[in-house]
Amino acid sequence: MKDLLKKLTETYGPSGNEEEIRRVIEEEMHEYVDEIDIDVMGNLIAYKKGNGQGKKVMLSAHMDQIGLIVTHIDDNGFLRFSNVGGISVLNTINGRVIFKNGIMGTVSYEEEIENIKDIKLNRMYIDIGASDREEATEKVSIGDVAVYYSPLAESNGRYIGGAMDNRAGCALLIKTIKELKDCKNDAYFVFTVQEEVGLRGAKTSAYAINPDVGIAVDVTSTGDTPKARTMAVKLGAGPAIKVKDGSVICHPKVKDLMIDRAEDIDIPYQIEVLEWGGTDAGAIHLTREGIPSGAVSIPCRYVHSANEMVDEKDLENGVKLLVKILENEIEL
Amino acid sequence: MVELLRKLTEARGVSGNEDEVRDIIKGEISPLVDKVYTDGIGNLIAYKKGKSPDNKKRIMLCAHMDEVGFIITSISENGMLKFRPVGGIDPRILISKRVHIGKNRIPGVLGIKAIHLQEPNERKNAVKVEQMYIDIGANSKEEAAKLVKLGDYAIFDSKMVEFGENKIKAKALDDRVGCAVLIEVLKEEYEYDVYACFTVQEEVGLRGAGVAAYHVEPDIAMVVEGTTCSDVSGVDEHMYSTIMGSGPAITIMDGSSISNKKLVDMLKALGDAKGIPYQLKKGTTGGNDAGMIHTSKEGVATCVVSVPCRYIHSPSSVMDKSDFKNTIELVKEFVKGCE
Repeated sequence: MKDLLKKLTETYGPSGNEEEIRRVIEEEMHEYVDEIDIDVMGNLIAYKKGNGQGKKVMLSAHMDQIGLIVTHIDDNGFLRFSNVGGISVLNTINGRVIFKNGIMGTVSYEEEIENIKDIKLNRMYIDIGASDREEATEKVSIGDVAVYYSPLAESNGRYIGGAMDNRAGCALLIKTIKELKDCKNDAYFVFTVQEEVGLRGAKTSAYAINPDVGIAVDVTSTGDTPKARTMAVKLGAGPAIKVKDGSVICHPKVKDLMIDRAEDIDIPYQIEVLEWGGTDAGAIHLTREGIPSGAVSIPCRYVHSANEMVDEKDLENGVKLLVKILENEIEL
Repeated sequence: MVELLRKLTEARGVSGNEDEVRDIIKGEISPLVDKVYTDGIGNLIAYKKGKSPDNKKRIMLCAHMDEVGFIITSISENGMLKFRPVGGIDPRILISKRVHIGKNRIPGVLGIKAIHLQEPNERKNAVKVEQMYIDIGANSKEEAAKLVKLGDYAIFDSKMVEFGENKIKAKALDDRVGCAVLIEVLKEEYEYDVYACFTVQEEVGLRGAGVAAYHVEPDIAMVVEGTTCSDVSGVDEHMYSTIMGSGPAITIMDGSSISNKKLVDMLKALGDAKGIPYQLKKGTTGGNDAGMIHTSKEGVATCVVSVPCRYIHSPSSVMDKSDFKNTIELVKEFVKGCE
């Protein structure tokens, strides 16, 4: 799991620029599926045939990550930027960022600002070490997107890195694809684009696939850190089965089915009620005439920072749960 | 071209009430296209068949017909009208502006309690829409009710004016300038099928475009907008969204969509090859019809090109004629380039 997670979290792929991460994912799993397709939006859709009697299941993990888009290059070579997805001031100040072409930068803010609350993204800049506009424009153009630079680290069975949201989910789907043996259901594994800017890839891919059931796989927050927002999800206590978040109320039968399968294989699991946020299930469940949908979430601390933390055991158990769901009959 | 812009910008067409604009556009384009019809929500859709016999591709061009404005919500005993804005309007620009209400264009003026009657804290704070009213010169509720009904729409009373160096001042340049661009583009013949969609209700939530895209099922879509231009005093250069006179603005990303990268590259290459100036839009906020179109059904490759307009959503937005002309050229080349 570690090698896969390292490869996935260290590959570049902010919303709208998913080419590289898509190539890496495709390489990882193409031998294990029956068909692969890339649609207009850039979603990677891997199809694994069932035994002909099962349901059509769409599993979705978004492969995009949040980023910083260059909006202006000033005379001295500093880059002004705006956010792609949920980039916060606090998580970005003095951090390192990296562009697609490997150019690195550090992020700072206009020094005259005295109160940290007055720092807004439009008063911050990326310093790529260029001495003037000309030098900067040789390396970076307006519209280029940088992501947090964050090599994977391991500590006490837990992984720290950038873009765990949602490369951890991608890792789960890839492992599931590889470990599926006797798949009863027609499985469409979709690595979606542009989730971080509005669940856009899931919307179009769900329309095209028109599945019987939708399952999103994404990270979720935890409530187990000092004075955290109240939330009954802990790191290491098993994959979380979603009840609701800001984008979806999961279909009760899908949720119950997930719980039954987790009980069947006797893995730890937890129930997730997320009071904010959203995931691909939010787009999938409203597609066409409505699609019963749910979500398996990976507990993750410090979401949308350069150092998100997940637990190895949660990932392993998440794979077991997904495999079990797909290898059994799905009755709704 | 200027006369077309005059006709379009002076027409009344607040979101949900686009008939007058639609009729003008229909009159202009009927001789230029193979079929023109209005759909269930009010979008005007024009189909222009491509010359190529084996063409299968469908190109959707989109500009919204509606503008921001007001809707009358009640009539006070003293004959003053209370109203709500339709679409995003900065209330601070409203005081003392002239408006026209309803089909008969009943003239009115936006009023507020005089400054010497305001409490000190009222003077300090920005005015709210709730504090304002429309004065149509009526002495009583009965008199006002003879002229105006609840639900009537009001527009800014604003004539188009040419001024300065190549500039135009008008209301509703967002997005009648886009409508004008599409009309001009339809005057040429193309290889592929073109669907020009003049949409409704963009200003209240991109509502018409979603319906139009669902129906047209395009392979490629382009939205033509009048977008914000903030190249003015008191704004840091890195906050300029677009610069007037620097050509059509190509959007890379905004709040509602990330433009298809191949189409953006194609637009840049066309601009370079044909000598059409263009700029990249800097801001990433706001949204437009592309938001609905690009996620329609199985997804549509979509891009956005805009004419920079200062002071949009006001009675006096300003644009440069050269940007208008260059946008027409770029859109024409784009439709040809898709071949």
